[in-house]
Formats: sequence, C-alpha cells, structure tokens
Amino acid sequence: MTVVNSRCECLMKILNLPLQNSEDIRCKCICPPYKDVFGKIYKQNVSLKDCNCLHVVEPMPVEGKDVEAYCLRCECKYEERSSGTIKLTIIIYLSILGLLILYMVYLTLVEPALKRRLFGHSQLIQSDDDLGDQQPFANAHDVLSHSRSRPNVLNKVEHAQQRWKRQVQEQRKSVFDRHVVLS
Amino acid sequence: VSSLDPMNGSGNLMDFLDEPFPDVGTYEDFHTIDWLREKSRDTDRHRKITSKSKESIWEFVKSLLDAWSGWVVMLLIGLLSGTLAGVIDLAVDWMTDLKEGVCLSAFWYSHEQCCWTSNETTFDNRDKCPQWQTWSELMTGHTQGAGGYLLNYFLYIVWALFFSFLAVSLVRVFAPYACGSGIPEIKTILSGFIIRGYLGKWTLLIKTVTLVLAVSSGLSLGKEGPLVHVACCCGNLFCSLFSKYSKNEGKRREVLSAAAAAGVSVAFGAPIGGVLFSLEEVSYYFPLKTLWRSFFAALVAAFTLRSINPFGNSRLVLFYVEYHTPWYMAELVPFILLGVFGGLWGTLFIRGNIAWCRRRKTTQLGKYPVLEVIVVTGITAILAFPNPYTRRSTSELISELFNDCGALESSQLCDYVNDPNMTRPLDDIPDRPAGPGVYTALWQLALALIFKIIITIFTFGMKIPSGLFIPSMAVGAIAGRIVGIAVEQMAYHHHDWIIFKNWCRPGADCVTPGLYAMVGAAACLGGVTRMTVSLVVIMFELTGGLEYIVPLMAAAVTSKWVADAFGKEGIYEAHIQLNGYPFLDVKDEFTHRTLATDVMRPRRGEPPLAVLTQDSTTVEDVEALIKETDYNGFPVVVSRESERLIGFVQRRDLILAIKNARQKQDGVVSNSVVYFTEDAPQLPASNPQPLKLRRILNLSPFTVTDHTPMETVVDIFRKLGLRQCLVTRSGRLLGIITKKDVLRHMAQMMNQDPESIMFN
Repeated sequence: MTVVNSRCECLMKILNLPLQNSEDIRCKCICPPYKDVFGKIYKQNVSLKDCNCLHVVEPMPVEGKDVEAYCLRCECKYEERSSGTIKLTIIIYLSILGLLILYMVYLTLVEPALKRRLFGHSQLIQSDDDLGDQQPFANAHDVLSHSRSRPNVLNKVEHAQQRWKRQVQEQRKSVFDRHVVLS
Repeated sequence: VSSLDPMNGSGNLMDFLDEPFPDVGTYEDFHTIDWLREKSRDTDRHRKITSKSKESIWEFVKSLLDAWSGWVVMLLIGLLSGTLAGVIDLAVDWMTDLKEGVCLSAFWYSHEQCCWTSNETTFDNRDKCPQWQTWSELMTGHTQGAGGYLLNYFLYIVWALFFSFLAVSLVRVFAPYACGSGIPEIKTILSGFIIRGYLGKWTLLIKTVTLVLAVSSGLSLGKEGPLVHVACCCGNLFCSLFSKYSKNEGKRREVLSAAAAAGVSVAFGAPIGGVLFSLEEVSYYFPLKTLWRSFFAALVAAFTLRSINPFGNSRLVLFYVEYHTPWYMAELVPFILLGVFGGLWGTLFIRGNIAWCRRRKTTQLGKYPVLEVIVVTGITAILAFPNPYTRRSTSELISELFNDCGALESSQLCDYVNDPNMTRPLDDIPDRPAGPGVYTALWQLALALIFKIIITIFTFGMKIPSGLFIPSMAVGAIAGRIVGIAVEQMAYHHHDWIIFKNWCRPGADCVTPGLYAMVGAAACLGGVTRMTVSLVVIMFELTGGLEYIVPLMAAAVTSKWVADAFGKEGIYEAHIQLNGYPFLDVKDEFTHRTLATDVMRPRRGEPPLAVLTQDSTTVEDVEALIKETDYNGFPVVVSRESERLIGFVQRRDLILAIKNARQKQDGVVSNSVVYFTEDAPQLPASNPQPLKLRRILNLSPFTVTDHTPMETVVDIFRKLGLRQCLVTRSGRLLGIITKKDVLRHMAQMMNQDPESIMFN
C-alpha cells in the first residue's frame, strides 16, 4: 500500500497538482499505559519515513533504558486524507440535493397552483385515470395539447419536459399503484 | 411525432428534445428481446465496417475506432462509477454523523475528520474533541444527564425521519424506478427483458442522491445492491454515445454485465470479486470477451475510488482488516456451526421478506408507501439509539466486530483483564479472562442481533434504495463475534481439556474473535444470496488474508447446503418470482417427462392459431387480426389448407410497416393484398396495388416437432434466448410455445402458481 501511496504522489507531482495541505498528513502514535505513565495519543505532521515512535513521541515521558520498552508498546500509523475533496464533495452534494428539493416543491405545490390560475379549474379534471389532482404531473396531457403554436426552443423544452413527466407518471403507476414492477 | 416544420431554424441541436420515432427492429417496453436477431445485426454491422475499411484511410480509422469503442466505454464506466461511489461514501460518512452532532470549525467534516487534527483527544476518550459537539451540547450546553440524553435522542429521531422522508419523496416525484435494490430487475434486464427508464439518467441521479439519504437515516440497509444499479445506469448512459451499443440490445447487455462488475468492485473494494459476482449472480450470457472487459472496468473503478480516498489511508472499504493470526483445525467446528446459523437465517429472512413484500403488493399496505417508510424509520431510530452498537452506522459496527483486539483498542469489546505482572509486550491476546466491559458488550450485541434480524425483514423492499449485503454481514458478524468470545473464554477457563491443551498455550495466540465475525458474515451473506465463489473471493479481498480461505469456504458451503435444503432460491430469484418477471433461470433443472404438445398453444378447446397466409391476406384482415388479438407475433403459412410454415412476423413490425405503407406508398388501401413472397402474386388488374412485407418476415423461425421432450425445449429457450418456438408435425404447423408458456409450465411442475407469470 505504501508503494501505491508514493506512486500517487509522483503522479500528482507530474501533473503539477498541489499536494495536500500540510494538515492533511499525520502520524498518529498510540501509547498504552506503562508503569506509572498514563496512556497518551501523539499526533504530528510528519512524513512516512519519520513516522515512528522516536520522532513523534515528544516529549518522551520516560528516561534512558525505558525508552525502548515504552516505544515497543506504541503503535504508530501514517494517515493521510484530502480535506479539499471532502469539502468539495459535500458542498456539491448539498447543492444538488437543494436544487432537487426546490424543483420538487415547485412541481408539487407551485406549478399546479399556477396552472389552475392560468387554465381554469375545469380543464384539470379531465385527465384520464389518474388518482386525482394530488399526483404531480397530473396535467401533462393538457399542456401537450395546448402548445402546438410556437415551434421554437422554449416550446421544445416544454414539450420534452411534458414527455418526461408522462414517463414518470407511467413509472409511478407501475411501481406505486399497480405494484407490477419492484414490489 | 417529429416536427417537420420548415420554419424551425434550430436544426439538429434541438432534435434530441423531439420524441424519437420508433423504427423497425426496436422493442416495446416490458417485452423480451430477440437475441439471435441482435447477434446477426451486429455481425452484419461488423462485416460492413470491415469491408468498407479497405476503401480509404478514413474508413480504416473509423473501423479502428469502432473496435476500440468497447474499451473506451469500459474506461468511462469505471471512472464515473468510482467517482459516484466516492461521493456516496463521503456524503454518507458526513450525514450519518449529522444525526448526532456537528463540527463547528468546518461543518462539512464528519466526527472522525473533525477530530483529526485536534490534540485534545486522550487515550481513554479517543472520540472527544472540542470542535465536535453533539446537538444537546450545542443547543443547551448540557453534556451529561437525562436532559442532554433525551434531547440527543429526540434530535436523532427527527434527523432520521427527515432524511427518510426526503428520500421517499424524491423517489416518488422524480424516479419511481429508483427504489429497491435493483439487482433482481438488472438480472431480468440482462436476460433479455426491456424495462424502459430503469437505467435512465434521472434514475441514476435520484438513486445516487437518495441512497445517501436512506443509508444516513439509520435504516437497516446497505448500499451495495444500489451501487450495482448505479453502475449499470452509468453503463447505459455511455452506451448511448456509441451507435454500436445504443442500437443493439444484445451488445448493450455485454456492457451492462461489465458495469455490474464495476459496481460491486467499488462497493467492496474487490475487483476480482466484482467480476465473479457479475458472472455468477447477475449476468445471463457472459462471453469470455466480457470477462476481460469487466475486469478492466472493475479495476478502473477501484483505482478511481482509491484516488478519491474517501476513508483516508487509501483504504477502499471501511472494514478492511489486516491481521494474519493463524487459525486451528479444531475451530472448524464453530465455523461450521456459524455456517448452519447463516443458512437458517437466510431461509428465515427470505421467507419473511417475501411474505411481507407479498402483503405490501396485495393489501392496503401498498397504498401508503411514504407513511410506511416514515413508520419503519421511526421504529428503527427509537429502538436503535439506546444500544451503542446499533446507534452507529452498520459499516462501523462491522468494522469494529471484524477488528482484532490489540492492547490499543479502546472499545468495550476489548475490555479484557490485563495481568499487570506480565512483562512481555501486549500486542496480542493470549488467553485472558473477559472483563465486565466484555460481558456488557455481549448482551448489548445479543439485543442488537435480535433487533437487526427482525427489522431488516421489514426494511428490504421499501420504496427507497435499499441493499441487503451490509445488514446480512452485520447479523453474521454479531453472531460470529459472540461465538468467538464464547469459544475464547471457554478456552481460557478450561485450558486443561484435551482439545484446548494442544491449541492454546499460555502466552501464545489462541482464539481470534474477529475471524469468527468474518466467517459469520460470510455465512449469513451466503445463506441469503446463495453466492459461492464470488462470496469467498469478496471476503478474502476484504481481509487480504489467503490463510482464511478455508474457514470462509467451509462456512459458505455449509450455509448454502443448509439454506438449499429449505428452498432453492436466493433472495433475488425469490423477488423475480414475486414480480413475475420472465426470467428463465440457468440454474434450474427441468427433469419432467412432458412433451412439446403438452405445453403448446392452442390447447384443445381454444380458438385455432392466428396465422397470416403467404399471399392471400388483405391489409384489412391484418389490421383486424391485430386489433382483436394481443399476440406478439404471427406465423406465416403457405395457405390455410396446406398450413406449411414459411416464417414468423412480429406484431410491432407489422404495425409499423402497415402504418408506414399507408402514409408513404400510393395505392395501398384496405383491400390491398399483403404478400410475403419474393414476387407479387398474380392478381387481376382491377385489384389495388399489393403490399410487399417480405422485409419484416423472419424466414428462419425455430421449430420443434410435437414429440420433442420439454427438457430439450427448455434447453433451447435458455441457450438461444428464444421468445417463441413453433411446433410442427410432418411439416404442418401445429401450434406455438412462447417463453411465458414455458415459464408457466415450469411453475406448474414445481407446484407454484402459474398465473403469477405476468410478462412475455
């Protein structure tokens, strides 16, 4: 595993990418209780070759001959992480989740209210065998028939969106209502 | 409905927004593909490219690109699957800890990452640091006491409910196909079934996003099965870039098999195990070329995940263990007992889960999916918080159970009584008596075991992405660890018995409870999914120890035998049967002595076979036939008197060809004769122009005679991937056997309900 680590570092140097923040590497030494010294954890930002008891455990709690016995019990591990990746990933994930939630609120609450105001309440009732107006996309069929007039980009986007809504409605019927697939 | 409006100036850019015009040769939703036709179309395409490549340099380059396109697709699939798996792992890590507290210095850090640089962690309290605060600390400043505990409890439940409500709402509004595990449906798709939209872009997006929410909400489910679905969606996405794969359903399924391997590879950090899983569990036809490409995709995916490095230390999976302590022959007895436990649990889980899913499918329970998810999450959160082993995420639990106790581990499981007079370094455990912490841990683990066994039955199959690898491994790991500690303590307290005398010497390595946990996990996973080789390879890639292969195999074999004694199907086959998919399993053996006449349609008393004649049917007759019946195809015979077979024509192709002809060709009216021969029939001049449909006729349909044994017929269907087969006697057409008939017959022979087969 250490071989892969050094290869990854080489690759990053070749690509001129900034190596991680110096905070992102550490050597963690865990030393159990020994005679009358309590157990302690030592952490330092050293590289892999310096990751041993003698470099990391400072100040050394025991003297002289006991150092070797103390260090034999300690376990030192080299760890690295990429804090930039973590930050970027979480922020991207939260933005996508936020956008989806907003779109979902728009589709389920805002759009039916707007359409009701635009087209009038009566036209919404004639959607076929949907389970009432509470279904999202219940008016997809109506909008499709209304939009023959303007063949331009906006119209095409709306067309595609309505087609997508129809597909999702079909899927929802198979999965949630008739329990045909994915029961 | 393509817009042929001349005023439309945007040209090809916006064509992707138009509804695609279906051409001849595509398939309808929920139908099976024709494997032989796809294969021959691919051979034609390849031959055309090869012959054109000799014409010019550009054509030669194009033929090279065509040959390399397979590898490019694999590379892209590996990159995207690895990236998505890394994102999912990091997000789950953070959101799981969000239920308990938040990192004040940087909110995007999970608990472990938050305390990474802090110097305030002590030997006894390795998790505490001032930057991370639980919700009760943050809101009220109390850390101890009933008030703080209750506030933490309450907020834990609130967060869990919030996450699962978001997950099920997103699934319901945007992509209903994103729920469930995905592996049964992918198995069916790979065997030739078409489910449009199941591997689409919205399904990919929603499955990734809601998987994180579902796992973080603390429900008893895993992410491995859904990761296979995510990887197959990536495969489908990249297939649409190359016409070699997008137009040919058979070639597309080769890519999907390889993508499934990449999915398991990033779930477990096991590339070889992933390829074997795809080979054993998921794929239907697995040519050798796919083996090498799957391996490439799995490796690229594993490498991409490693460079994202979600868990620090370049580990791929959270519960990677690295010890190499030996095991002893006498330990095979408890390992086999763990195998028996795994088999029994697998049977219990499959029966319970299928019964519950059937109830969800048929009764009122199925009408309230959102409410069901919320109630199950609530119950899980309420029961999971008090027990420290169920409060944390299942992956962390497994990781702790797998780990061996060194002197440096601080968990309760490692609270052994240390003899202060021992002078040699305490880096392993010779036999030591268990301290009180271990006994507490034991009964908490026993409660966790019962809880997980019961709650997983109700969780798997809900309308959110849910996998079951991790919960099964958790059940097995808990059982294994309990058995391991029991054996270890027995070895300590009775080290004068014969079996332990040679085994455990004072001061030497004795029993490793972590190994028992691994063996238990493998046994339970094998009992529920009935995996064999792939399971052992995944477990050994997880542990990195070749010396544990024999115990793992012993447990896996035992659990499969015990589970097979109660029922032949694993969980995925059982779900396929529950949904009625037309999946002809290659593992089933058909040993009954029925003949083709017993299964073919029409039976006695049924209306005669609906056929078309070679040159005497009119367009009107054909349209009437299509309207009155819903058969997927019609045989074409020479004439109604002689009934000699010419070929077979598909319903969809007929509909499209007639519609096309009515729109585009002149003179085709309802009275026009439809002919399938090479030359037009001799007709009086007053008749309207005849319509030639030879192009859509399949001139080589598969036929068997009426005395062919059904064993052979089933074999033909399986090996060639047929959809229908015609039955003749002395050259005359007698009837037809479709795949649905075969499946119903097999179900009837096994005393199952033949009416449950729903699709063609």
